Amino acid sequence: MTKGNKSFEKAIKLFFSLAASATIVGLLLIIVYITKEGTLLFGKVNVFDFLFGKEWKPSSARFGALPLIVGSLVVTAGAVILSAPLSIFVAIFLTEIAPKKVANYIKTAIELLAGIPSVIYGFMGIMVLVPMVRQVFGGSGLGIITASLVLSIMILPTITSLAEGALSSVPDRYRYGALALGSTKWEMIYHVVLPAAKRGIISAIILGVGRAIGETMAVLMVVGNVAKIPESLNQPVATMTSIIALDISYASGLHKYALFSLGFVLLLLSMCFIAIVRGVYKGSYERV
Amino acid sequence: MYELRKALNNIFLTLTWIASVSVILILLFIIAYITYKGAPVVNLKFITTWPQGYEAKGGIWPTIITTFYLTIFSAAIVTPIAVGGAIYLTEYSKPFSRFSRYVRFAADTLSSVPSIVYGIFGFAFFVIYLGFGWSMLSGSLTLALMILPLILRSTEEAILDVPYGYKEASYGLGATKWQTISRVVLRTAFPRILTGVILGMGRAFGETAAVMLTAGMALNIPISVFDGGRNMSSHLFLLATEGISLDAAFGTAFLLLVIILFFNVGAKRIARRVGK
Repeated sequence: MTKGNKSFEKAIKLFFSLAASATIVGLLLIIVYITKEGTLLFGKVNVFDFLFGKEWKPSSARFGALPLIVGSLVVTAGAVILSAPLSIFVAIFLTEIAPKKVANYIKTAIELLAGIPSVIYGFMGIMVLVPMVRQVFGGSGLGIITASLVLSIMILPTITSLAEGALSSVPDRYRYGALALGSTKWEMIYHVVLPAAKRGIISAIILGVGRAIGETMAVLMVVGNVAKIPESLNQPVATMTSIIALDISYASGLHKYALFSLGFVLLLLSMCFIAIVRGVYKGSYERV
Repeated sequence: MYELRKALNNIFLTLTWIASVSVILILLFIIAYITYKGAPVVNLKFITTWPQGYEAKGGIWPTIITTFYLTIFSAAIVTPIAVGGAIYLTEYSKPFSRFSRYVRFAADTLSSVPSIVYGIFGFAFFVIYLGFGWSMLSGSLTLALMILPLILRSTEEAILDVPYGYKEASYGLGATKWQTISRVVLRTAFPRILTGVILGMGRAFGETAAVMLTAGMALNIPISVFDGGRNMSSHLFLLATEGISLDAAFGTAFLLLVIILFFNVGAKRIARRVGK
């Protein structure tokens, strides 16, 4: 090998290592910037007043984010309660029951659902679900119920495909063992396969929660955006993401700082979810 | 007793059927509804003319240009970085080295960061701090960061699936590392890498929150990278929430959906062709 060749190989390696570092640099930039801009507010407003304050009124410099945090949590909880059972049933169907051809159709459908942009889900929500919810539950139709319904469909692909992965990694000998002991197919699924895949399914649900909390456009379009702690399910609320998206383009001063603080909270939450999922998985590797 | 167990079995197995069929029905309903309402609006004039007046009747030409600009530009920025990073992880670094674990952790975390957080980051960093303004550059850099983990991880998997014997044969013939990577590894993994890139472009194509805050909302045909513009999904958002010109909203939604489905089906086709 000539000398020029060797230094070329070295240059190539350097480029690849820099490219790999870009992922870390990108994440650090986001963390540093959001942290920097997101903590400016706390020079003027107490952290606890921000997190637990019940009044969000930027016009009179009130930055209590509790209504927004509660809004995000309620909408997310609704979405996960609706979506998790459905997703797990679909995952069971895909791994345990469906003929291969049928399974392929459903997998394709799930991938396509995952690819549909959130603004289209929001648009469908406005056009189809809002009038339906208005008729059934009264009120404006914008609010917790509608947002949870829209989100439940949006997080279905996430939970289903991860749960499917968890179920299909359960070894077949577990299944044969259960069937040989005389259990029905459902008993085998319920008593053997699901418990064996428990950790994977839990991580699937956690990542679904993460997606639901971070979802912006679809929620913004159907949630109503009223920053008040809700008293019933057909009330409009505002979420952290919807308020950021609505206000960031004109906010200034403390108001802008407060929006970045909300972004900071969202970033921390999404990092927590990843850490939890990694913890859950670490355990599962040790067990197998 | 046995009767009961059998009945329960049948009930639950039927429920899984119902759940799965309802997923397909939901997808078909979304496609059918948007097509039924949107397809009649879309014609050559809708695609090639500007929105007219306050009610945004007329076409959506500038938003189409902006959307393609952002999608292609962000893919052009991110592909060398993501593919290069994946090559480093699979071919150069040791499998469980600290560095490669950090990169994978960073990629996982990036992929779980909400799009609005990308939006305000891009706004604070690219738009304000670096002074790029609301522009194609700010928008594409933000989108590039957003789809980086997707392309990195799919490229990594594609390269890991290249049979080890191919590499051994290449080295055995006296090829250097770079020759082996460029002519054997990348060539074999190419279709699946392309699948990942196309899926990433699909995400960039439909993204709203991150683009609104970094490329702006002005109707414009961007030429230079410092020009701003409004993409199709932001346009749809504005039309849908302000309740102006529902026809144009449905038309935009239809075009958006068709192109996104095209991206996804195309990616799947490519992946399947490799499977054979």
